[in-house]
Amino acid sequence: MRNTPITRFTGRAAPLMIDNIDTDQIIPSREIKSVGRDGLSDGLFAAWRYNDEQARHPNPDFILNKPGFAQAIVLLTGRNFGCGSSREHAVWTLKEYGIRAVVAGSFGEIFFDNCVRNGILPIIIDIKTVRKLAEHAGRDADNEITIDLEQQHLAMGDTGSGFAIGAYAKRLLLEGLDPIDLTLKDQSKIDAFEARDRRDRPWIYDGPV
Amino acid sequence: MRQATTLFDKLWAMHRIADSGDGAELLALDRVFLHERTGGVALKALAEENRSVRSPDRVWAIMDHVVSFREDRDRDESRSPGGEQFILETRQRAHAAGIGLIDTDDQRQGIVHVVTPELGLALPGMTIVCPDSHTCSLGALGALAWGIGSSQAEHAMATRSLRVQKPKQMRVCVDGVCSPDIGAKDVALHLIATHGAAGGNRCAIEFTGEAVSSMGVEERLTLCNMAVEFSAFTGVIAPDEATFRYIKGRKYSPQKEQWTQALDHWRALKTDAGAIFDHEISIRAQDVFPTVTWGTSPEEACPLDQDVPLDANPRALDYMGLKPGQCLSNLPIKGVFIGSCTNGRLSDLRAAAEVLRDRKVADGLRAVCVPGSRLVRKQAEAEGLDRVFKQAGFEWGAPACAMCFYAGGETFAPGDRVVSSTNRNFEGRQGPGVRTHLASPATVAASAVAGRITSARSVMGTA
Ligand code: SF4
Repeated sequence: MRNTPITRFTGRAAPLMIDNIDTDQIIPSREIKSVGRDGLSDGLFAAWRYNDEQARHPNPDFILNKPGFAQAIVLLTGRNFGCGSSREHAVWTLKEYGIRAVVAGSFGEIFFDNCVRNGILPIIIDIKTVRKLAEHAGRDADNEITIDLEQQHLAMGDTGSGFAIGAYAKRLLLEGLDPIDLTLKDQSKIDAFEARDRRDRPWIYDGPV
Repeated sequence: MRQATTLFDKLWAMHRIADSGDGAELLALDRVFLHERTGGVALKALAEENRSVRSPDRVWAIMDHVVSFREDRDRDESRSPGGEQFILETRQRAHAAGIGLIDTDDQRQGIVHVVTPELGLALPGMTIVCPDSHTCSLGALGALAWGIGSSQAEHAMATRSLRVQKPKQMRVCVDGVCSPDIGAKDVALHLIATHGAAGGNRCAIEFTGEAVSSMGVEERLTLCNMAVEFSAFTGVIAPDEATFRYIKGRKYSPQKEQWTQALDHWRALKTDAGAIFDHEISIRAQDVFPTVTWGTSPEEACPLDQDVPLDANPRALDYMGLKPGQCLSNLPIKGVFIGSCTNGRLSDLRAAAEVLRDRKVADGLRAVCVPGSRLVRKQAEAEGLDRVFKQAGFEWGAPACAMCFYAGGETFAPGDRVVSSTNRNFEGRQGPGVRTHLASPATVAASAVAGRITSARSVMGTA
């Protein structure tokens, strides 16, 4: 169990209403300096967040540099968030920064999965509703969002919305479960499959390797 | 009567272990491929959680992403600062886990999606995953192959299975035949430009039609490679005699009785008449022209003799230094790159060399060609293509992903306009501020000669 369970929480939300933010904008390649999952959060949105990336001079116009928004735990964003390269660093970076949920019009597919297995809640809602939330959040960092995974509902100010999420994803997130342990419970089924398949397709198992 | 099913349905059913609830199924995996950029991380995490690789003989790590492409590179040399540790870590972890390793100095080395088909490690009917989005390339062989994240790679290695939601299905039919100067890359860019970068809608896409079946296997790999840029779950093409000829005799292809047995099995891998897809798209080969991107998404593309659309996305134009209505052809360029898993195979180098033969790249232009694998490079050299490239003024690199993506280190200068045979033109993809125009290898070569964006037709005088 390596993820923190997510049930219901309230916190600040940073609006970043751009469509198609790809994983390289979330964490540029050049910011990935080690073989590991940590030391990444400084590089989050580096190209936008810093005027001078080398010297780490903050760009005062970027949302996470505005007063109060550095503590955001929810990101509000446009369509197709996390598209592009499948690098999971994008999710690890957000997680290390402290982001617990991303609310978007839609997500890159691999990114969505990566969120779930790393304990970040990806929420898809109607883009108009995201825009409303973003407007409200942008007015004052103290305008907090409440997300309730159990009830599948989020609310901020007078805007509220239900959201859909698959039962498996929900279980992983609610319980902070590791997907590998869950699958290994089915070990006997995997073994039985392989025994059968080996007879049908022997070249897969003992080819000329 | 048995219900008519698609190729994808068959591949799926063959690997289905169990229903795992919530619309997802547990699928058996035949191969897991890794590269040093994401694979080392997955191997490390697995080891740290005290888990082992369940079937190490079906897992292969291949060095490609940050490996230096200098011709006489050292064994551990990276093109990006700090990149050596990815190479060292992956090597050490691969040895410890007992998985297959194709190291930087191995004669089989190259880009994972180029190497695995040419060695016969990727075969029709297999399920294949790799923590890299362009794994969909391998669908060209009739495999079910898709890109995953690092944690999924851990899951795949620890359990030899993955839990997957069966995607919706789409058939993309390319009717008619393309004219000889049209590459699979043009077809892919045309498709994406016509239906949008989200047009694939997370579907598993089967590519069919006369234009597809008349493509060579390498071109099919290019087409399927671009499926992910179309937001597809993956691409797949039914294996046929051309596929079997391509596979036969490769280093790890089945042999003797196993070959016959496999062939029987593979011949059944096709969509039944009357099978239903969730979506159908068809494009006409005769509508495909040499195509180039003008923006920062692969959908922002058009035939290169057309103008930037008047309603083009201003943010993209600003980055690309272009104006609405500006003519694409004859835009001056600073550099070109030929290589990558999209267009770094022998047929790609041949197409470029045909344009470059007895010609020179324009003055002041940096031109780089990096074959997709050592095998490609060796075959190209046996045909004398290296001389054609070098005499034209190209750098001739050692196999790696090279300038397909920026990972720190040396690249084109900010603001440089570059024509590239790669698959992504996102902001900063080839370096900070670098303006990437995607195109086929023939268009890239022609543009290198002209010093401007131009088609092979106009350079070779057969317009
Ligand atoms: S060549 Fe480019 S797209 Fe292909 S695997 Fe390497 S970095 Fe990715």
